[in-house]
Amino acid sequence: MSTLLEVSGVSVTFDGFRAINNLSFQIADAELRAVIGPNGAGKTTFMDIVTGKTRPDEGRVLFGEKSVSLLRMSEAKIAQAGVGRKFQRPTVFEDQSVFDNLLMALKKDRKPWSVLFYRKSKRDTERVEELAEQIGLTEQIHRTSGELSHGQKQWLEIGMLLAQEPRLLLVDEPAAGMTLAEREQTTDILKEAAKTRAVVVVEHDMEFVRRLNCKVTVLHEGSVLAEGSLDHVTANQDVIDVYLGR
Amino acid sequence: MNKSFFARNPSVLIFIACLALFTLTVSVLADGFGAGVISTSFVKTLGKTLCLCLIAIAMDLVWGYCGILSLGHFAFFGLGGYMIGMWLMYARTELIVANSLAEAEIPPTAQEISDAIGNQIFGVVGGSDIPLIWSFADSLTIQLAFVVLVPGLLALVFGWLAFRSRVTGVYLSILTQAMTLALSLYLFQNESGLRGNNGLSGLQNLPGLDDVPQSTVSLWFFWASALALGLGYMLAAWVVSGKFGSVIRGIRDDEARVRFLGYSVEGYKLFVFTLTAVIAAIAGALYYPQAGIINPGEMAPIASIYLAVWVAIGGRGRLYGAVIGAALVSLLSTWFTGGQAPDIPLGFYTIQWVDWWLVLLGFSFVAVTLFAPRGIGGLFDLYTGRHAPNRHGADLGPDMGSLREKEADE
Ligand SMILES: Nc1ncnc2c1ncn2[C@@H]1O[C@H](COP(=O)(O)OP(=O)(O)O)[C@@H](O)[C@H]1O
Ligand SMILES: [Mg+2]
Repeated sequence: MSTLLEVSGVSVTFDGFRAINNLSFQIADAELRAVIGPNGAGKTTFMDIVTGKTRPDEGRVLFGEKSVSLLRMSEAKIAQAGVGRKFQRPTVFEDQSVFDNLLMALKKDRKPWSVLFYRKSKRDTERVEELAEQIGLTEQIHRTSGELSHGQKQWLEIGMLLAQEPRLLLVDEPAAGMTLAEREQTTDILKEAAKTRAVVVVEHDMEFVRRLNCKVTVLHEGSVLAEGSLDHVTANQDVIDVYLGR
Repeated sequence: MNKSFFARNPSVLIFIACLALFTLTVSVLADGFGAGVISTSFVKTLGKTLCLCLIAIAMDLVWGYCGILSLGHFAFFGLGGYMIGMWLMYARTELIVANSLAEAEIPPTAQEISDAIGNQIFGVVGGSDIPLIWSFADSLTIQLAFVVLVPGLLALVFGWLAFRSRVTGVYLSILTQAMTLALSLYLFQNESGLRGNNGLSGLQNLPGLDDVPQSTVSLWFFWASALALGLGYMLAAWVVSGKFGSVIRGIRDDEARVRFLGYSVEGYKLFVFTLTAVIAAIAGALYYPQAGIINPGEMAPIASIYLAVWVAIGGRGRLYGAVIGAALVSLLSTWFTGGQAPDIPLGFYTIQWVDWWLVLLGFSFVAVTLFAPRGIGGLFDLYTGRHAPNRHGADLGPDMGSLREKEADE
């Protein structure tokens, strides 16, 4: 399998504080990866860098077969290139329906002019309905998304990501605040998504990570502390000291 | 799914019907038709009000839907007025000058005519040369094109600079305000070539149509204003009804999220800003011939602030709200400041509305903002049952979030 995303030697400093320190990270096509680490380890900042929200002081971020650098691209361009992102806090457009949220995310021409003259085809409606089913929101499809429960909003956001058909999905703490049943469904959605694309999941909850059943990267103070299977990293003494030992 | 635009947006049809009915009623009762129930000056007031409703729609589009609190749209309105005003003034002066020189024994040279026009128009600012920016003032077609192009280009350049550097929120409002102030101060100078603080006047007279009474001209402009408002309303409703509307409302609510969906937020903002500037300019070009005079004071920043107040009172994020707000507040304002409202004697003090109207307006604005954020338009929700998502404010948060609210309350 070829490498889809390659981050190498990246550092970021906020007011003298090194949030990311010489971080290197790789992920292949159709790979599922969990990223764990204590609060403030730099997990969210790592996603900020890949999606263009934060510019690193040094290092490289290369994406795709042609290894294009993401560092010079705007957020919108990076998203169009195939990087989707779910935020830690669920952010859906609350005063719009589930349908409209998904329709907006659907992979289509995003230029203002084409969007202005866009007319939804039967195919697009079906696609949105499919997505709604995939995330278990078929019955809510015409409801205003602000009325959804916290867990349902999280799913809607995942659904919007899937609608974008990204090649790389970055998911920040998807299971926060979910019930056990909801967590299980979330794991299933993510595992399913990872069959056709690369998925990086940041999560605190060990049970959740165990269910994902994939390679794990442990971040600490802005760099990789350990990498491997969950059993492998949890046996690592450094990891136990900084993270699990608490 | 492929229902017609009107079937999906019944409120547009209702609006157009109301507007048509209103236009018809006023026309029939107007002086121009001989009924004489509505005076010519009041027809003009109503026509101007329609123009204000049109700029309110522009403001609602840019602020209520796209979240850009622009305090500069009256600058575009004024510019539109100036562009048409230049033609009205020049063409009419040209006719007058030509008439008076025709009496002379020796036929006047082109230079003499030009000097005489210059004297007529710019005498008040102590000049007689016709400034360069008046080069095309004799052509109605070109000046009409300028109505759209000049404000449109200004909005495009200003917006490009501002949005590209990601200026948002209050800072953007201040920036647009600064632009308006700068433009108004520039026009106040005699060197600007637009007659400084005198502005342009006599705009109510159409060149070559001196025989047509004002009662008729006023109706023409009234109809044109109604047509422009109707078309503007439909255009705006079409823009916000589809996916484009989804995107700009998304930008208003969470611009970063829209960016990560792959939409270039800056491009969308620029589009909406420029489009609404053009709508504002067209409204202005119809307004000032009815007002008869335009001067730089009209473009003072306070005007744009009023505009925001109208839209807020009428109800942001719904087009008919903006129209209701603009019509109601501007007509009330005319009534109160025109000295028609009866004073209220309190014994120890008499409330004179000419002075107190602004205070009342200010209080209404604060009250609406605090107690009825959806404005007057929100009243319609009581009938149609449109409800804002009500999660009682905050997200339930990670701990309680997985419960439905009903359960969480228990
Ligand atoms: N924009 C910012 N400005 C200053 N400090 C920041 C900023 N973003 C993140 N940080 C700091 O960087 C560190 C890593 O944060 P973050 O990536 O959010 O951690 P995690 O998601 O792993 O909990 C934290 O100490 C945080 O305070
Ligand atoms: Mg985080």
